Parts: sequence; C-alpha cells; structure tokens
Amino acid sequence: MEPADDVAIRVRDLRFRYPGATRDALAGLSLDVCRGEFLGITGPSGAGKSTLCLCLKGLVPAGEFSGSVSVAGQTVAPGSAYVESSALVFQNPETQIIGLTVAEDLAFGPENLRRDPAWIRAAIPVYLDQVRLAGYQDVDTYRLSGGQKQRLAIADALILEPEILILDEPTSELDPIGKDQFFEVLERLRRERSITVIMVEHAAEQLAAMADRVIVMQHGLVVDQGPPDQLYRNPVLFHHPQAERAPQISEVLFELLQAGLLPASQFTAQEEAGIQRLRALLENSVQSVAQRV
Amino acid sequence: MSESAAALDITDLVFRYASGVADVLRGVNLRIDHGEFVALIGQNGAGKTTLAKHFNGLLKPSSGSVRVMGRDTRAAPVADLARAVGYVYQNPDHQIFAQRVRAEAAFGPRNLGLSPSEVEQRVERALALVGLREHADDFAFSLGRGQRQKLAVASVLAMEPRILVVDEPTTGLDQAGARGILDLLSTWNVEGRTIVVITHDMTLVAERIPRTVVVNDGLILADGPTRHVLTDASLLRKAYLRPPQVTRVAQRLGDLGVAPDVLTVAELYRQIAARMGPS
Repeated sequence: MEPADDVAIRVRDLRFRYPGATRDALAGLSLDVCRGEFLGITGPSGAGKSTLCLCLKGLVPAGEFSGSVSVAGQTVAPGSAYVESSALVFQNPETQIIGLTVAEDLAFGPENLRRDPAWIRAAIPVYLDQVRLAGYQDVDTYRLSGGQKQRLAIADALILEPEILILDEPTSELDPIGKDQFFEVLERLRRERSITVIMVEHAAEQLAAMADRVIVMQHGLVVDQGPPDQLYRNPVLFHHPQAERAPQISEVLFELLQAGLLPASQFTAQEEAGIQRLRALLENSVQSVAQRV
Repeated sequence: MSESAAALDITDLVFRYASGVADVLRGVNLRIDHGEFVALIGQNGAGKTTLAKHFNGLLKPSSGSVRVMGRDTRAAPVADLARAVGYVYQNPDHQIFAQRVRAEAAFGPRNLGLSPSEVEQRVERALALVGLREHADDFAFSLGRGQRQKLAVASVLAMEPRILVVDEPTTGLDQAGARGILDLLSTWNVEGRTIVVITHDMTLVAERIPRTVVVNDGLILADGPTRHVLTDASLLRKAYLRPPQVTRVAQRLGDLGVAPDVLTVAELYRQIAARMGPS
C-alpha cells in the first residue's frame, strides 16, 4: 500500500441513488487517485460520471448515500462542507457563472477564500490570458458565446489555485485549438504545481495524450482502467460501432493488430508514437519489397 | 416561398448587434441548395451561430440579404420562416420549456395550426425517430443531457421543416448519442431535406457531412467538398481548427506514399494495409 500522503482521493464502496430513481447512479464504486495524478474518466451518458464529480467536490446531491469518500484528507458526506482544496468545473458553464462582468465572476471565488484584493486584481488578467480571454475583464458575462463561457468557467477554477482540479467535460463547447490551449494550461499547472487532475472527457485523443490513467464508467461502476496505451486496446469497450470513441490512431493500429499486420507490443494510443510505429511498418515493407526485387 | 429557388441564398450579409461596435458578419456570401448536408465550422466567436440565426429570420441583416427559398427574410412573416426552417439550439435547456416530453414536441406543430390528430401523428413519429417514445409522459427536465438534446431535435422535427439548422448537436453527448443524432440527420437528408450543422467535431464532419463551410472572423474563409476543406491544414489553422487525427497522421506519412487527403480511420487503414500487402 502507498503511504497515505500520496493519496489525494480515496473512495470506497460509494453508492448513491437520486430520490425516486429506480437504480443507483453510483453502484458501489471504489477508486484511489494519487497526488499529482492525471485521471481521465470516460463512459456513456448516465454512467454516473457527473455524480462522482459532485461527490469529490463535497457537493453530495440529495439522495441515498453510503460508502466513504475522502478528498485531500477531508471526509465527504451528505451535508458536509465542500472541499476547499479542490475546484470543480461544471459541465454546463451557465450553472457556474454568476458575475455580471467577467472580472466580477473571476473575483468571486478568491474573494470568498479571503484572498488579498491586490492579489486578485493582479491575478485576473493572468488567468484570462491563460484561457484566451485577455482584455475581457469588463465584458458582461451574458454576452459571451458558449465557448467563451466555458473558458471563463475554467478560469474561475484555475484562479482558486486548487490542489485538486475536477473537470466535468470542460472542453465540450471549445474549438479544437481552444481544446489544445486548455490542455496546455493543464499541463503547465501540473508541471509547476503538481496539481491532481480528474477529468471527465469524451475527447479520447487528448485523454490519451495527457492522462496517466483512464477509467471507464458504466452503470455507476468502474468497468476498466489503465494507462491509455493499455486501456484503448480493450475490444469490448472500444473499436466497434456501439463503442465509445477511442483515439483514431489507436483505431487504425487496432485494425492492423486484428489483421496480423502489427505485433501487439507495438500498440499505442498516442499520436506521435503511433506515427513512428506506422512509419516503421511502411519502411520495413518497402525494404522487404526492395530486397525481393 | 419557392421550391425552385435555393434553400438559402445569402448575399453580402453584414450584421452588427444593436449595441455592438464591430460587425460580427462582414460580408458573407453563401448559397445552399435543396437537399444539401452542410457543416458550418469555425472557432468560438467566429460568427457561426450569428450566421445561422439569419437562416430563419431570428436575426435580420444590417445590410445585404438573406433569402430562404426565394423569400427575403426582412419581408417574410416569421410564421412562414418558422414553417420552412427548423432551428435546434446549442443548449437544449434554452429551448425546452414544457413540463412533459410529449407537450414539448407538440408545441411547434400545434402552433403551425395543424389538426390535433396530425399534431399527434407528428409527435409520435418525431419521438420515435429520436428514441424517446417510451419517455413521452416523463418530465422533460428529468431527462439526461443527451435525451434533452434529442428532445430538442424531436420538437423541431415534429414541425417537419424543409430546412433544418442544428447548432452543436453532439455537445455533451456520448458516442452512441452523437451517432444517433447524426443517423437521424442523415435519414432526414436522404429524404430530401436540407441540413446545416454547426459543430466543432471534425471527426464527425469528416465521416458524415459532404460539404464544409469555414467561418472565420465574420467571413467565409473556405467552402467546398469536405475532403478538400478538412485536409487543408494551413487553411484550417487560420481558423483555429485542424484536420482530424487520421488526416494529420496520413500527412506525416506522405513521404512513404500515404495519400494526404485521408478523412477516416477506415481510409488510413486501407492506405497502410495496401502498402504492406506485398511483404
């Protein structure tokens, strides 16, 4: 067992059922997340992903709750205080943005944590810049587009400088470059402050590039987990028409694997590594043709 | 409105919000014919949604013109435009207001002045199409996000518009949900309806939508067959977009003979397997 210090989040046999629901949203889920780990969560709608995120922030919804949840050493239960060392970005930014202007919205969190006003004033442009909203301080929040609201919601979380960042589909409304920039910000935060990240995301290519480990949830349980290169080989969960999307590079390599054209050890879910594998395959076949000629 | 005219014909469209300082649309020219299936892509804030809101007269041009099936949107009654063009919002919660699923889907056709039996038929058909028939009597807001998205689509489908505009139909949906919505739109397109989809999902565009229009900074940056547009990395970069992963991978392997205009996983697999064949 790892020393307790290394565990950021420990969940044991967590069951949760919404009032009037006919089945558990979380059905006895157990999970450990290490300090500094980047954990990706994927799975179909209704799997319990968002409910898990709420519980990890200490925002246990009304309903039947059992099991144990500990976040940064703090025990979470129905009605317990929310976890200050973690920040949650909700799936729908509209439920999170409350300020009339962008600057007000961004200041709300740190003000409530009693940060120094001078620090807050200095931090606002820094965090807006990180989410490509530089110069938007005085813009009314209702004027922002869907993607801009989502980026503001992300900045709202980042400015809290949390130890644990919980992101529930944070980039669903962002354009591809916006997604990339957001993931770069995350990468930098991890390097500079070894922040722990839990991210629900359907964008498999980004998850594969960033996550140390990805878990797949279905019906309130973890049905598989592992490093992306291992997880995205699962033929039951991926690579068929009803499946969740896997990184496209992994889908190509999986088909080559199935056709006996790629050794199993060469499988990867990463773009750059995948290109190298394909390059090697093609160069070898060119050579073997040349030798025969 | 005329069946012989283009579904949408947009000429020199300039638009500025009343309170705005800058033009959001700066001279857009675009023609979409009946039965086309078109993707509208572009970075956040490029003007995609503002442009799409001109398609059903929600917004009117500051200058230039928008013609829907030949009728200028500034002259056409809103009721006529609503009949011709269905619009599904980005966020289903901006659209859904009825308590029950069935009532939500019935609102549109009822307001078209259809008979109760016709309304009922259309509601049944629309809910069946999106797979919500068994939820017809549920509370609309007790549905999950994906189901609310489908309900928003069903409510518009029930009006059976000739032209359907769908803003980010797959946001927040899992893969099965996204595929379901796309299957639905494809079916409607095959039946002859014109479909315009606003999306950030390049994979979806590559796999399913034949024509792509890139909106950038209030202008049309590119417009053409998806295979041309989505494989032009330098063009897409200008619009803060990029080709799907398989296309990027194929283009990195160009020196080994892989075609640079690959759009899908199946195409890249065939390219690779074909080159390995002789060994």
